[in-house]
Amino acid sequence: MSSAEKNDSLLLDRYAEVTGREVIHHLQQLAEPLKGAKVVHVNSTREGGGVAEILQKLIPLKRALGIDASWEVISGGPAFYECTKGFHNGLQGMGRRVPKPLLDEYEKVNAVNAEELRATLEEADFVMIHDPQPAPLLSHCAKRRGRWLWRCHIDASHPYRPVWKYLRQWVTPYDASIFSLPEFAQPLPHPQYIVAPSIDPLSEKNRDLPLEELQAVHERFELDPELPMILQVSRYDRFKDPLGVVQACQLASKLTPLQLVLAGGGASDDPEGEAVLDEVRQAAAGNPRIKVLLLPADAHRTINALQRTADIVLQKSIREGFGLTVAEAMWKGKPVIGGDTGGIRLQVFDHYTGFLVRTPEGAALRIRYLLHRRELLREMGLRARRFVGENFLITRHLREYLTMMLGLQSGTMGRMELGL
Amino acid sequence: MIANGTEVIESTPFAVRDCALISLATGLKAQNLREFCDLLKRIPLESIEHHLWGRLLQPRFDEPEYNNDFASWAYHGLHDKVLAERLSMVLPTDFDDQEALRQELVEVLEERLDECEMVPWAKKEKQFHFLRSQIVIFDSGLRFSRPVDIVPYLPHLSTGSIYYHFIDARNRTAERWDDFSAWLAGFGPEYKLLRERLCGVDPYFASLQNLRQIVTELFQGFFEEAVQ
Repeated sequence: MSSAEKNDSLLLDRYAEVTGREVIHHLQQLAEPLKGAKVVHVNSTREGGGVAEILQKLIPLKRALGIDASWEVISGGPAFYECTKGFHNGLQGMGRRVPKPLLDEYEKVNAVNAEELRATLEEADFVMIHDPQPAPLLSHCAKRRGRWLWRCHIDASHPYRPVWKYLRQWVTPYDASIFSLPEFAQPLPHPQYIVAPSIDPLSEKNRDLPLEELQAVHERFELDPELPMILQVSRYDRFKDPLGVVQACQLASKLTPLQLVLAGGGASDDPEGEAVLDEVRQAAAGNPRIKVLLLPADAHRTINALQRTADIVLQKSIREGFGLTVAEAMWKGKPVIGGDTGGIRLQVFDHYTGFLVRTPEGAALRIRYLLHRRELLREMGLRARRFVGENFLITRHLREYLTMMLGLQSGTMGRMELGL
Repeated sequence: MIANGTEVIESTPFAVRDCALISLATGLKAQNLREFCDLLKRIPLESIEHHLWGRLLQPRFDEPEYNNDFASWAYHGLHDKVLAERLSMVLPTDFDDQEALRQELVEVLEERLDECEMVPWAKKEKQFHFLRSQIVIFDSGLRFSRPVDIVPYLPHLSTGSIYYHFIDARNRTAERWDDFSAWLAGFGPEYKLLRERLCGVDPYFASLQNLRQIVTELFQGFFEEAVQ
């Protein structure tokens, strides 16, 4: 066995310890007909945000199964990211036209990146383009021979129409698209797969941590170990409603003493983050029990420790493609109070694994409720962990990608029997 | 075949198969009961199959109030408990084919529409999205000649195998049995009790992990009793 094969085998063994050997064996059998297939993923950031996190883990896992998977990142200047942030907001329903010069920059950046990536992309068996940023690459690869998939990670259930109309022209020629929820799918002339994202149980952000490391978090961020801790982990983005979280905790703390930690970093493709962070700092000013943390993109262990230290985790988003932080918190046995929107609904089952809320007042009510019913809080947390373990780990995600690739490779829709 | 003076009935070895499923959007959605009924009349049969059975292979909470997606939407989307209760008792195994099943579902919906003063509506974010699934079936390579041999392997079967042999089989075979029961029937009366216990499992309210545990315990219990 070569050292690369040994590493692959070790990686699969480590996953088997968490998921059970049968899950890994299942993936190996499913991947058998895809061995050697060239699969290229393309997005616009190597670090920060859920897409990059998933790809960092998905690529090695695919390779361990014998698939020739790789990951390319396109790059652009501030105008490009301003444009793609406009797309992101537009797909999530925020009605604002993207100015023509920004659209021109978007197309230009894609054309420039296509020059570098063309050879790799044209010879791939499968190309998976993540989100709108690299969507026009397909139009620059006339000699493509593989299947091209557009993976939309965004809640596009009610897009701002002018933005969607513009993007549709780039997405329509793909062989298939993938959305996180059925509600997000848009009318397109090709198959639309539904695949929920996932978390990696072995990552720095999700693996078990020693007790000392959890205790150290209190000291490091000047938290009171005697006081219940509420946490929201997310980028400083209006759709994550950090101001609503501050308000909810201010309301709840009138009757129930608590402390709030808002922990977020910036994604390199999000130019609005700083303005939102300033607003949050102003809202929290003068309250020592509210900590607003700006963490570097690689602070995975710190986030892990914060999530494990928290009593309740909030994800009070107004719009949310999926909300990986919800699954992360649930995997650590925490009930989640989440916004009643998008992918959060797929994870938080009201009154079972947490609560779905629509207002800061609703979040405040549920915080108080859970802090006064500790046994229920614990039960909900246990249910949440089991639910994520069965449904939202990266192994399930990979199984669905493999199933989809097999279907696309054979050109069969519906029922397909391999070698029977 | 006679071995040690006892008649041993041989059956075809049990071939463990596995499957994986992925959902696809059909682009069809309903916001009220009339739309839902009209769409149900024309959606592909595999979409009905997905919402009644395939959902078991999808992310789902394992304490469902209703046992199929249609009943669940009737309650959570339309807030029509009467319809939800009726739809939850339409059992796919009661029908000879999928078309007959579709007709029965439509009957239940039409009856409810006749009873309602106004067509029940769902909120915009609670629309019903019809899905279908792509299912890939493959051979795990495992073969078992005798029922006792399979027992140590049952706790380690993938959820895909459990789905294929315990759920999909009821939809796929004329007898509407799960594959384990059908295999045991081939051995004659020796495993009748185990077969009856397997047939008595209601597969709709457990996750596939739970079903795997239930099937394992039934097999283990049967052979422990036999030893005693």
